[in-house]
Amino acid sequence: MTSTQNRVRRRNGPLPTFHVRGPILGFLARRPLLRFLARRILVAILLAWGITLVTFVLTNLVPGDPVAANLGQRAVGDPVAVAQWRAEHGLDKSLPQQYLLFLEGLLHGDLGTSQQSHRPVSEDLAEFVPATLELAGAAILVSLVLGVAFGLIAALRRDRLADHVLRMLSLIGVSVPTFWLALLAFYVFFYRLQLTPGSGRVDPAIGAPPPVTGLHTVDAALAGRWDIFTSALGHLIVPALVLSLYTIGLLTRFTRSAVLEVLGQDYVRAGRAKGLSGRVILFRYVLRSALVPIITVAGLAFGSLLSGTVLVEAIFAWQGVGQYAYKSATALDLPAIMGVGLVVSGVYLAINLLVDVLYGVIDPRVRLR
Amino acid sequence: MTLTITGLRVAIRDTQILSGIELALHKGQVHGLAGESGSGKTMTGFAVLGLLPHGARASGRIELAGRDLLGLPDKELNRVRGNDIAMVFQDPSTSLHPMLTVGRQLTEHMRPHLGLGKAEARERALELLTKVRIPNPAEAYRRYPHQFSGGMRQRIAVAVALACDPQVLIADEPTTALDVTVQAGILRLLRGLCDELGLAVLLITHDLGVMSAIADEVSVLRDGLVVESGARKSVLRTPTHPYTRSLLEDLP
Repeated sequence: MTSTQNRVRRRNGPLPTFHVRGPILGFLARRPLLRFLARRILVAILLAWGITLVTFVLTNLVPGDPVAANLGQRAVGDPVAVAQWRAEHGLDKSLPQQYLLFLEGLLHGDLGTSQQSHRPVSEDLAEFVPATLELAGAAILVSLVLGVAFGLIAALRRDRLADHVLRMLSLIGVSVPTFWLALLAFYVFFYRLQLTPGSGRVDPAIGAPPPVTGLHTVDAALAGRWDIFTSALGHLIVPALVLSLYTIGLLTRFTRSAVLEVLGQDYVRAGRAKGLSGRVILFRYVLRSALVPIITVAGLAFGSLLSGTVLVEAIFAWQGVGQYAYKSATALDLPAIMGVGLVVSGVYLAINLLVDVLYGVIDPRVRLR
Repeated sequence: MTLTITGLRVAIRDTQILSGIELALHKGQVHGLAGESGSGKTMTGFAVLGLLPHGARASGRIELAGRDLLGLPDKELNRVRGNDIAMVFQDPSTSLHPMLTVGRQLTEHMRPHLGLGKAEARERALELLTKVRIPNPAEAYRRYPHQFSGGMRQRIAVAVALACDPQVLIADEPTTALDVTVQAGILRLLRGLCDELGLAVLLITHDLGVMSAIADEVSVLRDGLVVESGARKSVLRTPTHPYTRSLLEDLP
């Protein structure tokens, strides 16, 4: 925009609003929540594209020669063989061209072949991702329920015994290292008390349920195989609890302070002045407002929870993405690393989108202006 | 006599906040409660509705229709709150819940207090919005507080307070957070409602200008005690207590 135009605009006030809308925009303009969702999803798609770019560039920046990693000793010495292999894998093309090929493959669900398993990376991921999702999902569920409940109790019983006990517990939760806790839990519950099954996702004698979602507990329930369900749940409980302890501690603390802050707000006093029941005040007035900071923290906590899965999976021999990522990284298995990177950032993206959408659902000031 | 406060004392831990307040509110009259900040005006209002902060102890008598509100169990006090005695707060941008629609905040206490159904409550809410002169009530009913101006929000807060036909309205600095230009409108509204509905209004304010505009009776509060009380004219024109005089001299 030129400075003349700027000056004209300043003199004439803001530009008239754009009245000619297509059918889609017109439809959205009448539905603020949908318009808000559409905008968030659009941003998420742009971010997803950015993630592919960053993943591709980072992987290509890694000082390592895929030729040396994939061809035998003698073939590396043979310029013809090297050139042929490079052409086969599109490595003779320029980086932008390679990126386009990578994107094209990605759109078809093709992430290349793992040098470790010699299987398509997408197949590997399809096997390992649901295992991690089951573990992390169970952990985040447990942390949300317990963390919010504990925080609420601590806030309502402020400076009383329950508050002090919960403060200690949350302090322990955020300060105990996950790997140590995992080892301890494994030792106590499996070895000493023999309360829970040991490692793995399900008793090998029973076997995995027919795969639908890849989550053993869900699949077992869908198939009506309650014996598998019990076994899978038994295997899930201890690692999920271990994984969630940190987030429980975190959420307890944040929920407590969020609830205390809302309790001091004028509108809570106004609600009491209206003679509303304690239950209505707590859930409609207090918890709803407190949820905004709580879901912010929960979204962030999910990230630390995912990185925690690497250790927990290793200790409980849980065949998930964490283990797969660790093995791929130590073997410099580039396609696998890229695949894991994409999946993990995709999960982050989804969580962020969810948090954004929840803001809009909970707080009308976010979606309406 | 609608509401009588006798010998009201409030202490938080070891600090005495109110040391024996005497007040009487009458039907159809605005009773102004004046005093500097920290004199206990707001605490007096809170004490009436049992909204004192945690750890506060109150003694004395707050009598409404023969019942002492101070001795009332929580459940019965909840039936008085919003139903017999309602309150309008200082800042409508914080006293209305930002995440609930105007309609919800107008009707949520009608249903338990008045036993109204959803449709009846909505009907009544629209009437109230019209009464406090909110343009286009049906549209306003669906909206959220942040979509209104400060003056409009305070009108909505007044409508919320009037929803269950209270006998007593406590207005705690209802114009302090508003622009001077909209203050007069809110005060006129309160005065009009007081006359029309026969409300007993306790108008808490530090602003003697506001007081002189609409109060019938004035009490001056200092350090938790009423130092002077009487008809507006006598208190504001011929104050007997030196503190009232100094307050009046501070007026611009």
